[in-house]
Amino acid sequence: MVRRTNDSISVSTSRILMDKLMSILVYAAVGLASAALILILAETLIQGLPILKLSFLLDAPVPVGFSGGGIGPDIEGTLIMVGIASLISVPIGVGAGIFFSEWPESKLSSLSSFSNDVLAEFPSMVIGIFVYTIIVLTTGRFSAFAGSVALSIIMIPVVARTTEESLKIVPKTLREASMALGVSRWKTVVRVVMSTGKRGLITGILLALARAAGETAPLILTAGYSTAFLNGLFNQTGSLPYLIYYYAISPYSSWHAIAWGAALILIAIMFVMNVSVKLAFASKFEETRAEI
Amino acid sequence: MRRRKKKDGLVMGELAIQEQSDIDISLASQQGEVLSDSSASVSQRRRGHKIVTIDLKAQFGRVQVLRGINLEIKERSITAIMGPSGCGKTTFIRCLNRLHELTPGASVTGRVILDGEDIYSPKVNPVLVRRKIGMVFQKPNPFPTMSVYDNVAAGLKLNGVRDKAKLDEAVERSLKLAFLWDEVKDDLKKSGAALSGGQQQRLCIARALAVEPEVILMDEPCSALDPTATAKIEEAIFELKKDYTIVIVTHNMQQAARVADYTAFFYLGELIEYGNTEQIFENPKNELTERYITGKFG
Repeated sequence: MVRRTNDSISVSTSRILMDKLMSILVYAAVGLASAALILILAETLIQGLPILKLSFLLDAPVPVGFSGGGIGPDIEGTLIMVGIASLISVPIGVGAGIFFSEWPESKLSSLSSFSNDVLAEFPSMVIGIFVYTIIVLTTGRFSAFAGSVALSIIMIPVVARTTEESLKIVPKTLREASMALGVSRWKTVVRVVMSTGKRGLITGILLALARAAGETAPLILTAGYSTAFLNGLFNQTGSLPYLIYYYAISPYSSWHAIAWGAALILIAIMFVMNVSVKLAFASKFEETRAEI
Repeated sequence: MRRRKKKDGLVMGELAIQEQSDIDISLASQQGEVLSDSSASVSQRRRGHKIVTIDLKAQFGRVQVLRGINLEIKERSITAIMGPSGCGKTTFIRCLNRLHELTPGASVTGRVILDGEDIYSPKVNPVLVRRKIGMVFQKPNPFPTMSVYDNVAAGLKLNGVRDKAKLDEAVERSLKLAFLWDEVKDDLKKSGAALSGGQQQRLCIARALAVEPEVILMDEPCSALDPTATAKIEEAIFELKKDYTIVIVTHNMQQAARVADYTAFFYLGELIEYGNTEQIFENPKNELTERYITGKFG
């Protein structure tokens, strides 16, 4: 039996008001969230742009009171440490993510997936102390290498989790289609599943890179600081986040300006990396990918 | 095409007659007779049979989906597996290429003899079994990141074939066999996912054919397609039986009647009746089969 009511199709005024109110609240929330982003970007641009010139990017810092100088060693330090950290963490993280997603029946998989979550929640300072104990104390010095290891430990769980998530959304039917062609499970994962989920995979790696490039706490305890260009991986090195922290809390206004410039450069590096990697890996069939 | 129409007519006429006739064969005795008949004759009828299953049972966890299937599939013919939803027909063909066991918690017992060799023997590599027994799935599933060409070549490429001439030849041959070549020959670089649903399914058939299997399993290949696309696929299937052994799952009885040489009727995980398609539709021995094909249940 279908019960029909004779209700009018118009809605009460209070409902209309409520609908308006909720819409306003949602827009306000979106506005606030984007306002924070816009304000940070605008302030960094306003404060950082005046100091930018080529020598600022390439030169080593000079003592207070001298003019000129730049943040070359810190850009170098950040790029090298993030680069080495990626070399360590991307293969391990992607491998772990594949294992979590494609071999869920293994007991080891669920156990290590859980530990991966715990590691992702670790305060970065604790990771700094850990690397300080096992590498800095052993080798007797702060070094770019120790900094890279600390950053890689921060990156691994992020890469692993995002790899797992982006592979899990690849439809099971594609795995079966490949297996049914007599393709081995491993090749199916690498050539079919990973290539289908590669956009998510790359986004995950970029997220992890951004996280690592912005980390300060673990570097204080591992990479140390240096105003000179890198002299081998087993020496101290500067880094952009550390420089920003160090210069921003100094009493000199010239250093404050340098900190703003460095902040702008750090944001710019992340932006360029993000866009270029996404362009390089853009799928040939972008327009049809929405359908899967 | 002509043959299909003729069969259709036969079936429709037959259904009308059967509805009038009385059924006096008891279900239990009929079932026993069919089952014992097929197990006793396994050895003597194996010649000319591409695949023979012996007491094939399949489970999902503790749920028994197949309860001991004994079936012989004739070489270079089309065998239809029909039955109501949940009768185990899809699971059955997924056991034939060892795909069932990939589902977590799924298991298989019994034997599946392909050309005299048990594919469930511990010495057998399931990956190689799947190269001999291809599969087309219910929903078209082309690889979305690959072009039409790469989709068809996928099985060869992923198994290490690099020779461009060989790949070109396989792609053209397979697309022609799947009746798709004329429609896509100028768009081989287009994404496979950009084709229409019916074209995608024929692409999947071409993809399965490219690795030169001997058997092709089809799991309700037309259930997601409109009648025109279905007709094209059936036409392709009909041509394919010259060189391939085809097992097609369908719960569309007209489809079984149109394309299949042999038809098996499954119910609740058991093989109820198996025989020539004409015999199954015109003169079913089992009451359940008759009730199913006359639309009284299912």
